[in-house]
Amino acid sequence: MNMPIIPVNYYIFLSAALFAIGVVGVLTRRNAIIIFMCIELMLNSVNVLLVAFSKMHHVAAFALDRTTAVGTEAQLFVFFIMVVAAAEVTVGLAIIVMLYRNIHSVDINFLNRLKH
Amino acid sequence: MNDMTQYVFLIPLLPLIGFLINGLFRNYLTKSISGWVGTGFMLCSFVLSVMLFQHVNQPGFQPEVIFYFDFIRAGGLYIPFSFLVDQLSVLFLLIITGIGTLIHLYSTAYMHEEAKDHFARYFAYLNLFVFSMLLLVLGANYVIMFIGWEGVGLCSYLLIGFWFGNPEYNKAAKKAFVMNRIGDLGFLLAIFWMITQFDSVRYLDVFSKAPAAPVAVLTGITLLLFVGAMGKSAQIPLYTWLPDAMAGPTPVSALIHAATMVTAGIYMIARSNILYSLAPVTENTVAVIGLATALLAATIALKQNDIKKVLAYSTVSQLGLMFLALGVGAYTAGVFHVMTHAFFKALLFLAAGSVIHAMHHEQDITKMGGLRKKLPLTHLSFLIGCLAIAGIPPFSGFFSKDEILAAAHDRSPILYGLSIVASLMTAFYMFRLYFLTFSGAFRGTEKQHSHLHESPAAMTIPLMLLAALSIAGGWIGIPEVFAHDAHWLASFLEPVVPIFKPHHQAISHQMELMLMGGIVVLIIGMIFWAYRLFAKSDVSFSEPDGISKWMADKWYVDEIYDAIIVKPLNAISSWLSKIMEARWIDGAVNGVGKFVLFGGRQIRLLQSGQVGSYILVMVISILAFLLYQLFWKP
Repeated sequence: MNMPIIPVNYYIFLSAALFAIGVVGVLTRRNAIIIFMCIELMLNSVNVLLVAFSKMHHVAAFALDRTTAVGTEAQLFVFFIMVVAAAEVTVGLAIIVMLYRNIHSVDINFLNRLKH
Repeated sequence: MNDMTQYVFLIPLLPLIGFLINGLFRNYLTKSISGWVGTGFMLCSFVLSVMLFQHVNQPGFQPEVIFYFDFIRAGGLYIPFSFLVDQLSVLFLLIITGIGTLIHLYSTAYMHEEAKDHFARYFAYLNLFVFSMLLLVLGANYVIMFIGWEGVGLCSYLLIGFWFGNPEYNKAAKKAFVMNRIGDLGFLLAIFWMITQFDSVRYLDVFSKAPAAPVAVLTGITLLLFVGAMGKSAQIPLYTWLPDAMAGPTPVSALIHAATMVTAGIYMIARSNILYSLAPVTENTVAVIGLATALLAATIALKQNDIKKVLAYSTVSQLGLMFLALGVGAYTAGVFHVMTHAFFKALLFLAAGSVIHAMHHEQDITKMGGLRKKLPLTHLSFLIGCLAIAGIPPFSGFFSKDEILAAAHDRSPILYGLSIVASLMTAFYMFRLYFLTFSGAFRGTEKQHSHLHESPAAMTIPLMLLAALSIAGGWIGIPEVFAHDAHWLASFLEPVVPIFKPHHQAISHQMELMLMGGIVVLIIGMIFWAYRLFAKSDVSFSEPDGISKWMADKWYVDEIYDAIIVKPLNAISSWLSKIMEARWIDGAVNGVGKFVLFGGRQIRLLQSGQVGSYILVMVISILAFLLYQLFWKP
């Protein structure tokens, strides 16, 4: 039970690093699947942050009142985000599969026909 | 409301019904039916007017306002639709419906060559014309008068342009309409001013509140009303439409000149005499403009060769004399002259129509001559008309003109002298017209000569009746010199129109008789001069030169108007349409469109279709907001 408490800064830096990696990945890569993974990365960086802050709040409230549930709501949000992300992945992957069937490529630079 | 006055609404309504029948069923009615519908409704209206006149003429009659319905009720403004029956309106009713009926009857024969739908259209317009004029005369406030005022303007346009196939006639119609509109604007402004000043346009309210109003306001209102009268009654500077109005059929000219149109201005001023007598500046303006018009038109009439043009200018000149009478405060004399003038001018026009009819639409008097034997009835009635307009006793024109001259004499010797000059010129040009038409040898073609014929009874009966009226019509206004208290008209109209009050000591009866006799002698001299010049069998028509060319060309007034008003207006309009409209307004509108198109084309370049670039912009923007939130927050 007496695990050393990791300060919340670490989680923030981890989350920021994950998010930045995701953004750079989305901006620089042309492969649709990689972009998709980067988006997932960004979503999950936010999840990490949510859980970290939630835990921080809960610990602070728990110290005052042993029966409190304050700070647990954000962890529920994380589940919501996971569900939504899962749904998104099914749709997104389906689109990517259809794209590949049509143009035999998943390079998004080919996907500029809406311009015309 | 008693027995008679409850039928007053029928007087204008009957011609309106005639208008609707003839107008709506013009394709189905035969010519004789539409002629009789038009004439019959007019006759009924005339009979009703006579009955109303008898009612008004009873002793103890009080002017009655007959209310029908609320016309406009908005805030403090209240304009009822009501008629006013008093001596002045009844007198005008008699003139309008009486002469109108005769002209309708005459037209049934004069217009018989028209196709039946045009024939019915003609009678529809004629009835509408009379309806508008009756509304004008009967209205109990200025707004109802204005409705009728606009109505006669419209009908004059329709009738002057009756033969619309001819572009010249259309131009004349347009000219009449536009000139009238200029005057109407003055009338309308006067009405607005009245509403702001008196809070009402009802005659009774306006006249009772007028003495308390400042003189400057009254002068403004009366001057604006006079602008309206200038347009309708053809005074300088808006008179040029009337001679051009000869484009219409001749009975229409008779109607315009005698009964329905040009008398409207006189009626309006006589009706508003209370306002005018409170505004001396306007009175002087009216007198001066009237006299100037009388003189100018008379000089033009001296040199015209078209039978209807001479008559038209003589009308302008006589109207000028009427305005002179109104301007010097002799309202009775003005109204009296309206009445006698209506008789003899209708007579002259209808007789001229008979001549034109016999000559197969030839109107140039240089091609006539010697028609006396061929057209005896026409000749006789034309002669009576000329004697009446020249002012030979005991014809009607003598009495009314003498009254005007007497009033002018009282005000100023200059007005007196100039109005005598105008009447002498009248005598000269009327008898020039008479002698050129009826005396001497025939100057037309052989074909015309063989076709000369007296007109049918429907045309000669009105001529005879009008001739009788032109002789006897003046006897209701015999001056004090001849018989004491014999001026029936003045005492009849006295409740509405004040009797002329001389400024100076009245001159003695001997002096007045001498002046009167002198004028008559001068007029007879003029007639004799015209006889010497024009009754010969070999009159020569030389091209006019010098001053007479100026007269024959109408003092170039039309050309002057053209140069100073029409041309600049045209120039401004074409500048507006070609530069202002095409370049500036269209340029602005098209410019907005072009700018949007151009901007769209530029912005479209941002929409490259590269998802990566969109996301890049998004990220940069979010970062920018973030930094702003973090560091720029004050």
